Amino acid sequence: MTPKRKRLWLLLGSMGVLGAALALVLVSLSDNLVFFYSPTQVAEKSLPPDRRFRLGGLVEPGSVTKEDQGQVTRFRVTDTRRSIEVVYRGLLPDLFREGQGVVTEGSLSAGGVFLAREVLAKHDETYMPPEVAKALKDAGHWRDGAKK
Amino acid sequence: MSRPAANLHFLANPARFRRFVARVLPALWLVTAASLAGGLWLALVTAPVDYQQGHTVRIMFVHVPSAWLSMAGYALLAGLGASLLVWRHPLAALMARAAAPVGACFAAICLLTGSLWGKPMWGAWWVWDARLTSMLLLFFLYLGHIALTRAYDNPDRGDRAAAILALVGVVNVPVIKFSVDWWHTLHQPASVVKIGGPTIHPTILWPLLAMAAALLLLFVALVLMRTDSEIDRRRLELAERPS
Repeated sequence: MTPKRKRLWLLLGSMGVLGAALALVLVSLSDNLVFFYSPTQVAEKSLPPDRRFRLGGLVEPGSVTKEDQGQVTRFRVTDTRRSIEVVYRGLLPDLFREGQGVVTEGSLSAGGVFLAREVLAKHDETYMPPEVAKALKDAGHWRDGAKK
Repeated sequence: MSRPAANLHFLANPARFRRFVARVLPALWLVTAASLAGGLWLALVTAPVDYQQGHTVRIMFVHVPSAWLSMAGYALLAGLGASLLVWRHPLAALMARAAAPVGACFAAICLLTGSLWGKPMWGAWWVWDARLTSMLLLFFLYLGHIALTRAYDNPDRGDRAAAILALVGVVNVPVIKFSVDWWHTLHQPASVVKIGGPTIHPTILWPLLAMAAALLLLFVALVLMRTDSEIDRRRLELAERPS
């Protein structure tokens, strides 16, 4: 075996070991690497009240109501299997609307309502001009290709 | 010497590399300038607005190619590192020194434009989700590479240390790419390189690809030019070193 060949195998071997080590670390830490929990995950975890975490999902269509002269927003975050009621006082991002992705940070109250301190809009991966979006909606093909 | 390695040795000779650069670079700069002008025209003038984002979508035309190039640039550093450590190519070390600051700039542009987009769209300049954090790590890996190459009195030792960092750090590149699929992130999933084809309307996708091609040409031209001047710098250092 020439020195070059030996160095090449040493390099490939080290890269393999390094990759495997990284994969193990990422798999074991995956619960901490997620940015938010879905309503189903929250239900499975039974998190204690006052524990701060992020809840993410879609704003359930028809669930948004305003209180206190529009300063307080009440809506439900759903992953289509379960949903959690959210109360938030403050300004909402422009992209916040029914049926859109949203990530909120806060904690559960004793009654199971999520008291949000921050609401972020989640943008999806589709990009199109307004005319195309309108044509898709008119033709009834809106979100045909959407996941879930 | 094995045959695939022999193919890699094309242009490994610095003198041949310099002749190649001298012949190619002027034309490459012309093509780069023309395609950047064309790409920016498509992206900023003719591309339609997005149905949700309005004009903010135009940030993507710089943000996404910068992200691709910063990841490709780090993969290049790793390839050059392997070439230096395994085949002892002197030119690989010089090209790594030339490429690292260019890649770092693209990573910085990606982070800054992403932040400018995030505030109006998400409602936050920055969040610590897996995609953004791994991208920030890539930027720091670039800075570490630049620092390591300059950390030793003997430049060869710096090149070796930086090559090892490039090979270790390159495992972060697939993590960046797949972070949006493996974990819940605030950052949206892939739109262009994904199973089932792009989810970007062609009127927005083509300007994006034009900008990606133009910035790729810019990246290549900058790296070739900087490698050429790194050869000069190394020759000067060797001439000045007390023997």
